[in-house]
Amino acid sequence: MKLLREILFPLLAVLAAFIIGGIVVLLIGDSPIQTYRLLIGSAFSWPDGIGYTLFYATPLIFTGLAVAVAFRCGLLNIGAEGQLYMGAFAAAWIGIKFAGMSGWVLLPACCLAAIAAGAIWGGIPGVLKARFGSHEVINTIMLNFVAIALVSYFTQYHYKTPGDPILETTPIGPGAHIARLGKFIPGLPERIPLNFAFILAIIACVFVYVLLWKTKWGYEIRATGANPTAAEYGGISIRKQIILAMAISGGLAGMVGINEVLGYRYRYYDGFSANYGFVGIAVALLGRNHPVGVFLAAILFAILLRGGIFVDAYTIHVSKDIVDMLQGIVIILVALRPDAIFGSLKKFSKAKA
Amino acid sequence: MLELRNITKTFGDVLANDRVSFKVEPGTIHAIVGENGAGKSTAMRIAYGFYTADSGEILIDGQVREIRTPHDAIALGIGMVHQHFMLVEPMTVAENIVLGAEPGSATSLDLRKAADEIRKVSDEFKLSVDPNATIETLSVGQQQRVELLKALYRRAQLLILDEPTAVLTPQEVEEFFAILRGMRDQGKTIVIITHKLSEVLAISDNVTVMRDGRVVGNVKTSETSAAELARMMVGREVLLRVEKPDAKPGAALISLRDVSIVGRDGTKRVDKVSFEVRAGEIVGIAGVEGNGQTELMEALAGLIPGAYVSGSINFEGRDITRLDARARKELGIAHVPEDRHRRGLLLDFSLAENTILGVHYRKPAVMGPGGILLDQKGIQRRTEQVLRDFDVRPPSPDLPARALSGGNQQKLIIGREFELPPKFLLVSQPTRGVDIGAIEFIHQKIVAMRDAGCAVLLVSAELEEVTALSDRLLVIHNGKIAGEVDPKVTTNEEIGLMMTGGRRS
Repeated sequence: MKLLREILFPLLAVLAAFIIGGIVVLLIGDSPIQTYRLLIGSAFSWPDGIGYTLFYATPLIFTGLAVAVAFRCGLLNIGAEGQLYMGAFAAAWIGIKFAGMSGWVLLPACCLAAIAAGAIWGGIPGVLKARFGSHEVINTIMLNFVAIALVSYFTQYHYKTPGDPILETTPIGPGAHIARLGKFIPGLPERIPLNFAFILAIIACVFVYVLLWKTKWGYEIRATGANPTAAEYGGISIRKQIILAMAISGGLAGMVGINEVLGYRYRYYDGFSANYGFVGIAVALLGRNHPVGVFLAAILFAILLRGGIFVDAYTIHVSKDIVDMLQGIVIILVALRPDAIFGSLKKFSKAKA
Repeated sequence: MLELRNITKTFGDVLANDRVSFKVEPGTIHAIVGENGAGKSTAMRIAYGFYTADSGEILIDGQVREIRTPHDAIALGIGMVHQHFMLVEPMTVAENIVLGAEPGSATSLDLRKAADEIRKVSDEFKLSVDPNATIETLSVGQQQRVELLKALYRRAQLLILDEPTAVLTPQEVEEFFAILRGMRDQGKTIVIITHKLSEVLAISDNVTVMRDGRVVGNVKTSETSAAELARMMVGREVLLRVEKPDAKPGAALISLRDVSIVGRDGTKRVDKVSFEVRAGEIVGIAGVEGNGQTELMEALAGLIPGAYVSGSINFEGRDITRLDARARKELGIAHVPEDRHRRGLLLDFSLAENTILGVHYRKPAVMGPGGILLDQKGIQRRTEQVLRDFDVRPPSPDLPARALSGGNQQKLIIGREFELPPKFLLVSQPTRGVDIGAIEFIHQKIVAMRDAGCAVLLVSAELEEVTALSDRLLVIHNGKIAGEVDPKVTTNEEIGLMMTGGRRS
């Protein structure tokens, strides 16, 4: 029953959002069926559709997991955006600084740098909350601005190829490149940027699941999130859990840099994130803060991202804004408490009777 | 005055009220008794319009009435005082009373007129409440009278009181009952929901007994007894007194010297308290709630940061004043907290996950290298053992703790703590909101722990409970130990006097 509710309600929300979206499309003057066929069809075509959809899903899986871990500890991490910028820049920085090194050393070092930078950037608001009680929502939002400005500054003034009109760093060493999946999968061309980071994202899902539900540390994180006073009573240090959860959360967000820098552009590109950190909040919400849910929700949002481009191009009136609208409606519907909806429905039907 | 006819109400699959019928005669005090979950609060909330019944009818003065919201109820002259007061603390009595029915026009509030009227009502029923006092400066007993006043100000003819004495001292209860009798004599009708049989016998004219959502008896108070009421409530014979052999205390296990505790706001909560608890004895602490018991127990459990605690706490000859909660539990100090929802349980976690709270980091809850992984089998075994030994129903380890009744939640906590196993047991309000059957069980378990050589420190707001269970009784007032008494010979009146700062006669 509980499992059913956990799965059924998000699905219903998505379905309802598509119905509402369809009505809007109809009002605008296009065919909803054609629009949705474009949207879904373009996301599932082989190899481009599926390749790009999974590529778009990768950062959303990381940020969705990041938000979910923090949420399980009772924290709202609005700072995944800043954390992923820090992670991406750190990965690029190692890749540039030690460009000559062998891949066996350089690649893991770059990955670890991405995780560590994100973890530190997430850990800061954790420490601030644990030590001084300042609210993590405010601090993570503020640190987003700091992070984005900071990496932008370093890109502009220290790591840019002189004369390059684009705000991006010099390339990372070839040893820091991670393989594109096209190398291993027949029929998937290597030009599609889907890369090994997607596998890492799946591993991260498993890691988060095992951590939260199968280890004593996860128990402590979840207990803190469920009822901090009871956790304290159970001998759990709330402060430690807050810092730990925020650091893990930040580290997961930082892993976006692996996909972006080491697997796609091979350099740091300023402003690369399409709000992955913020969409991650929606992904976690739709995915009910569970790794499996996060994975599925990230795929859904990636389908919308991918399909939106085609809807924009091939319909007369509908623009890709429809995608943003669908995202928004899904979130609003998911955020409604199902029992509240059913409660008021019941009351309504009774009042009529 | 009020009559319920065949009221039925379900919440999901739970049948909370099953064809409940009874009649409250005008000008009487009518008690509704029953265990927790028997449906007595549900029935009265239906009468007050908080819930609507699935079927059945409510009659006021012989006429069938629709009561959909509390507004309907108030309009029909029904008032309700809840167990938890609904008062805005920084506002005055008058402001609280007019809240929701403000006199004057939309732009001006005529508080002076209201205050005059409130004073008139207060005098009429001898409530002696000052309309201009702010709520936070009032004692709990006075706040309760404000709640009464609130209903009377809205011209209630019928007052429903939900567990009104839970927060009062014995003296306050006496005063409160005098007020209720006065109100009855002036023609008001009062319905009192309670589970304390002594109070039912002391105050009511008629009693309705409920069990499992049904009315199992309507009797005249003068024609019944505590034993009969208890049997009706539980459905079997109940031992109302705690039977325990004399204590055989051993050496002092824990001793406190000049322990003082300050609150986060800097005020002193516990003031230079010194006492000891020996192995094999139950030491009770009697006191009006909010006199430092909570802080004392939390400090002993290691839940108050060291900076707020001074003095020394010695356990088995070792200074534990600076140890944290986990280290103390390791030494064998178990704690049944006073607030099981806030402290004692993770309501959304399963019973299994709740059973390991506090021992989740060591065997049998963990396995593998470094003890990182949770050992599901070990947890399952321990949970089944606790659920079985402490008769937690239903015994389903995967159920969320929220799904249990109050009594079963408490048994789960007690089972978890008693199976540590502890040397020193801190027990706060062990039977608050727990039904009679479970109370009997919990009391037996506490005595059994004592007889097994455990030192027990017990805090309870129920004077009868501490006097019945304790071998020695400390009375706390205003953060200080007002004295030690022998619970076997001291009367409740004497203890009550000490609890409120009066001298021992």
